[in-house]
Amino acid sequence: MNFARTISEATPLLLQGLQVTVLISVISIAIGTLIGFFTCLLGLSKNIILKAIAGIYIWIIRGTPMLVQAFIVYFGFPQLIQISIDPDFTLSAFSAGMITLSLNAGAYLAEIFRGGISAVDIGQTEAARSLGLSSSRTMLKVVLPQAIKIAIPSMVNQFIITIKDTSILSVISLADIMNRARVYVGSTYQFFSTYTLVALYYLVIISVLMVISKYVEKKLKYEGKDNS
Amino acid sequence: MKEKIIVKNLYKSFSKLEVLKGINLAVKEGEVVCIIGPSGSGKSTLLRCLNGLETVTDGEIIVDDYIITDKRININKARENIGMVFQSFNLFAHLSVKKNIMLAPVDLKKMTKKEAEQKALELLKRVGLEDKADSYPHELSGGQKQRAAIARSLAMQPDIMLFDEPTSALDPEMIGEVLQVMKQLAADGMTMVVVTHEMGFARDVADRVIFMSDGMIVEEAPPSELFTNPKEARTKEFLSCIL
Repeated sequence: MNFARTISEATPLLLQGLQVTVLISVISIAIGTLIGFFTCLLGLSKNIILKAIAGIYIWIIRGTPMLVQAFIVYFGFPQLIQISIDPDFTLSAFSAGMITLSLNAGAYLAEIFRGGISAVDIGQTEAARSLGLSSSRTMLKVVLPQAIKIAIPSMVNQFIITIKDTSILSVISLADIMNRARVYVGSTYQFFSTYTLVALYYLVIISVLMVISKYVEKKLKYEGKDNS
Repeated sequence: MKEKIIVKNLYKSFSKLEVLKGINLAVKEGEVVCIIGPSGSGKSTLLRCLNGLETVTDGEIIVDDYIITDKRININKARENIGMVFQSFNLFAHLSVKKNIMLAPVDLKKMTKKEAEQKALELLKRVGLEDKADSYPHELSGGQKQRAAIARSLAMQPDIMLFDEPTSALDPEMIGEVLQVMKQLAADGMTMVVVTHEMGFARDVADRVIFMSDGMIVEEAPPSELFTNPKEARTKEFLSCIL
């Protein structure tokens, strides 16, 4: 157990992994937010088929472990394509990881957005509609700005979960910080110091995110709190 | 004078509960009609049918030549001309008072931003809130919120204003300031339908008072008649409880 040695030896390797972790987190959070947003709108639509699509997607993602989802995307899905369409098809660990994380975050974010929208008082919608705004303009100008504000704490929570979930993807050989740490430990057996160091790296990234979100929340709170 | 609102044989049910049971009503241009009655009598539901916030079960509503009950009309266009004021104000919580007023005229391209801002300030002056233009709804008292909400409706320059118990959520000392604004509006010739428990307002301002009970119009008459000499037993009973 030698912290100084681990820090000096493992840092270059871990920083490489950290880059992958941050990159895949940022991309997946961005795509997941978009997926979540559109899934939420599908779920709110009056069309039964669109509603069902959103419901089934959320049901499957929430009802299965992310590790299983990652295995299906990384191992299962390419096999299916190889058999049926293109025998040379491959999917990189990064792409597979990104798809898994985005789909995962998207399902949970859709529920978070839905909760935010339904928390906006119905009177806000009625007031906008009675002024002559269409339902889509009402959603855009009146409901969503308030819903997002309500949803921010839960959204940040989901972002944190997504960042931490990247570590699961190390098992599909994504070269993230967790994967790099395991490689280093494999040759040095410095379990305690290496994994503690990895924990610290995660703690730093997530703390940065939390500070940013506190700032955004405070800024939004300044403009009109409560309802009506 | 021209009839601004025509309601023919209106029925409305919420699943099994029948709330409106055959309402017939006509409101002329410039007329102020107050609807009174016990809670649960269907007053608010009737008012909300007039601008299509509630869909009707049967019957016809025509407001300003728009057949509100016809699904093929552009209800948004019809609503531009029908202002509505709610019991719970419903000011947009994320916008300043001024932006609350500007939102609809700008979004519906009735005015440029600049025109809408000018209009907003003018309206705020009219309701006595010129110093609150940049305040947020949560910073206002109930009476101020309701006056701001009235200004917001007026920004669309409607021909008709609907008031759904506009003073019921207010502390007693704030009711007067809201009624004052409404009185002024009536004096300026606005066509108004007001669901209210303020009998004093109904007596002073209304051209006609409608008493509703159990989903039907029991009696309608000018206030001097209805309050002093009600014909129906149900009206007498109600008035004896509240006057």
